[in-house]
Amino acid sequence: MTLKKTLLASVIGAALAATLPATAAAETLRIGYSADPETLDIHEQLSGGMLRFSHLAFDPLVRWTQDFDFEPRLASDWEQVDATTLRMTLRKGVTFHSGNPFTAEDVAWTIERLKASPDYRTIFEPIADARALDDHTLEITTHAPYPLLLNLATYIFPLDREFYSGSTDNGQDKAEIVKAGNSFASRHLSGTGPFIVTERRQGVRVEFERYADYWDEASEGNVSRIVLTPIAENASRVAALLSGGVDFIDAVPPNDLDRVRQAQDTNLVEIPGTRIIGFQLNEARVEAFRDPRVRQAVAYAINQQGIADRLMRGFATPAAQFSPAGYSGHNPELMPRYDVERAQQLMAEAGYEDGFRIDMIAPNNRYVNDAQIAQAVANMLARINIDVNLRTMPLAQYWPEYDTRSSDAAMIGWHSDTEDSANFFQYLTACIDTDTGAGQYNYGSYCNEALDALVADADAETDLETRNAMLREAEQMLYDDAGYIMLHWQNLAYGARDGIAIDAVVNATDFPYLGDLVIGRD
Amino acid sequence: MIAFLTKRLMHALLVMFVISVIAFAIQGNLGDPIQQMVGQSVPESERAALRDQLGLNDPFHVQYLRFAGNALQGDFGYSYFYREPALEVIARHLPATLELVFGASLLIVLLSVPIGVFSAIKPHALLSRFFMGVSIVGISVPVFLTAIILIQIFSIGISVTLFPGSTAWGAWLNAALSTQGHMPSFGRGYELVHVMGHWDTNLASFDGLKHLVLPSIALASIMLPLFIRLIRAEMMEVLQSEYVKFARAKGIAPRRIHFLHALKNTMLPVITVGGVQIGTMVAYTILTETVFQWPGLGLMFLDAINRADIPLIVAYLMIVGVIFVVTNTLVDLIYGLVNPTVKLTGKPA
Repeated sequence: MTLKKTLLASVIGAALAATLPATAAAETLRIGYSADPETLDIHEQLSGGMLRFSHLAFDPLVRWTQDFDFEPRLASDWEQVDATTLRMTLRKGVTFHSGNPFTAEDVAWTIERLKASPDYRTIFEPIADARALDDHTLEITTHAPYPLLLNLATYIFPLDREFYSGSTDNGQDKAEIVKAGNSFASRHLSGTGPFIVTERRQGVRVEFERYADYWDEASEGNVSRIVLTPIAENASRVAALLSGGVDFIDAVPPNDLDRVRQAQDTNLVEIPGTRIIGFQLNEARVEAFRDPRVRQAVAYAINQQGIADRLMRGFATPAAQFSPAGYSGHNPELMPRYDVERAQQLMAEAGYEDGFRIDMIAPNNRYVNDAQIAQAVANMLARINIDVNLRTMPLAQYWPEYDTRSSDAAMIGWHSDTEDSANFFQYLTACIDTDTGAGQYNYGSYCNEALDALVADADAETDLETRNAMLREAEQMLYDDAGYIMLHWQNLAYGARDGIAIDAVVNATDFPYLGDLVIGRD
Repeated sequence: MIAFLTKRLMHALLVMFVISVIAFAIQGNLGDPIQQMVGQSVPESERAALRDQLGLNDPFHVQYLRFAGNALQGDFGYSYFYREPALEVIARHLPATLELVFGASLLIVLLSVPIGVFSAIKPHALLSRFFMGVSIVGISVPVFLTAIILIQIFSIGISVTLFPGSTAWGAWLNAALSTQGHMPSFGRGYELVHVMGHWDTNLASFDGLKHLVLPSIALASIMLPLFIRLIRAEMMEVLQSEYVKFARAKGIAPRRIHFLHALKNTMLPVITVGGVQIGTMVAYTILTETVFQWPGLGLMFLDAINRADIPLIVAYLMIVGVIFVVTNTLVDLIYGLVNPTVKLTGKPA
């Protein structure tokens, strides 16, 4: 009986393999990432690691291409019915890992769950309702005209409604989202993604097997098995790649870029990232920072190119605005403005020729070379007679310290959750309003009402061309006002062994699409 | 004997109590666990709700009493990151660390005794001077550097081109000094053999042993020189003592004097120091485990600190305290066996 079954299975398997030339020889990919997924419940925590994981075990409705366009995934088509309604056509013939068919009900249910998740609730607030018109048509309505619905759709990874419904043996609701708790969803998973989780030991490794009934048969991806080991220590991660212990690593540190590039059988893939790194000047504590000339002087005094070239060894793109190239609001006219003489002149005009003393804080294990960058900035500010007393601290202590806003300047990096320009302004420079949550990370209490109004208008504008122009103008206003001291966008660097076509599946969002990864066909 | 063990048990409880109070008192400085548990864009209201739900807003004594009450029932709280009871997490990571410490201890015992004895008997031999020189270097090089050098040489491999490759001797020297690498540089490997419960062992498969080699050497590298020097010094002192001189005068074979009479007495202080050091080694694994991504207690603890996973930190510190008390108790018991003049009583000496 068993023998027959096995035989039958192998015959079917052989027949399938013959009809699908794309699935070549079984390939195992051994990954060394700086972190492993915190949980199996993708709605429990909004973090880069979790989103990476989501792209393995789940599929989004749409996803970003390398050029920041939308690529249809589980949603094959969409149209704007009216200002507040978007109708999406969903892909047919998709099944979840559990075997359940994928329908519009699953998506509607997933959006409801996202709206109940503490981490995603705010982002999904604009969505009023999502309902299934039929099995493969979904209608999403928003409270008000909202131009970023497709951006949000990149975060919608449909869950298997049937799988997560009901309750466990001890009466727990299977759909419940429990922060840092032992919920059903944090231990069990059923998605539509290219990979099934076969084994998981937190902090040790996660193993994946390719999902045999994966819908995307056009994908050239031939990775049949993934073993993901978290290796937090930079030097160890690089050593693991160089010694052949793993095939693919993320976050190659700047000091090791050349080693990975020059090693015989490894390749370095470097792409510009979208995380802006910069400083906020605390206007609530230092009166001088309320004068735009002083803020401009600080911006002029910092040699961004020097930091990017020497400290970051080319691992950063100097920035003069929040939006990296490719973002809707990227204004190509804004250039870094390093000019010490101009800075000194501005300080003199503002009456601070003799300078002043400030305290500054920065993390030392959050961004690439963060403490060294802060030190360099402190030295540069000394040239315009701003005497900086710098304190750096580990991340776990940095954020509580940051929240107190009790220093005169602070470093912060920001990645826009929506991959859209407006997000930067809303969190980093909007006038603080504790009721709406605006300016949650506005350390400096910077406030420019004209700028806020412009961004708010842009966010209600559904004509994308007009909207982009408004955001470009917003970048110009912020630049003129020096409301945030820009340094650079931190690049992304991956290392891979020869024959692994990683460059085709990575993108600026830092979520490699490993389902499409091709190994060994040059 | 029973009085002695009872007293030690009381010690253990006292140690756990003190550690838990201290760990609880410093938790405010370890950072905010909420920050690690939510996305950066999550609003303050959600954070406050979560903080409330975890009971982090309660005053210190309320939090401590709640913890102590649960701890007395064997519940040390729930790790924020692992989403499991803290004790469970520790139990899962313990075997990896114990095997690493075992591997390192084995290396230390097998190497330090012969080398220490040899350099005590023949202090002026070239080899003795060499060992002493190396041990000085060994003591002064920090363990993470040792680990990285080991990885470079034995995992990644180095190719030496210092000598002219065109000449036969140059090519030979280059080849002799170059290494191929290919030793595993991280983790415990995938061929672990399940023993029982949470214990999967590295010791029962070739691949597993291969993974254990470099981390064990790195961990042993700090203690090994210490032990060589300790054994050498003790042995030299014993060799000067009256009874050894007498044995020599009696005409007993030098080998018998060295290895039977002298070594026995040399080992007494070594056992004391060794026992304490094995406890310390559990702490030293933090560095070794980080570099080699060895999934044991050290790596777990460092991660817990980085994430401000307070329940896990507190439970870990208490367990380590117990490990110290237990190893010290065992040392005292063994000492009593080796040296019958030592009496184990519950009374202060």
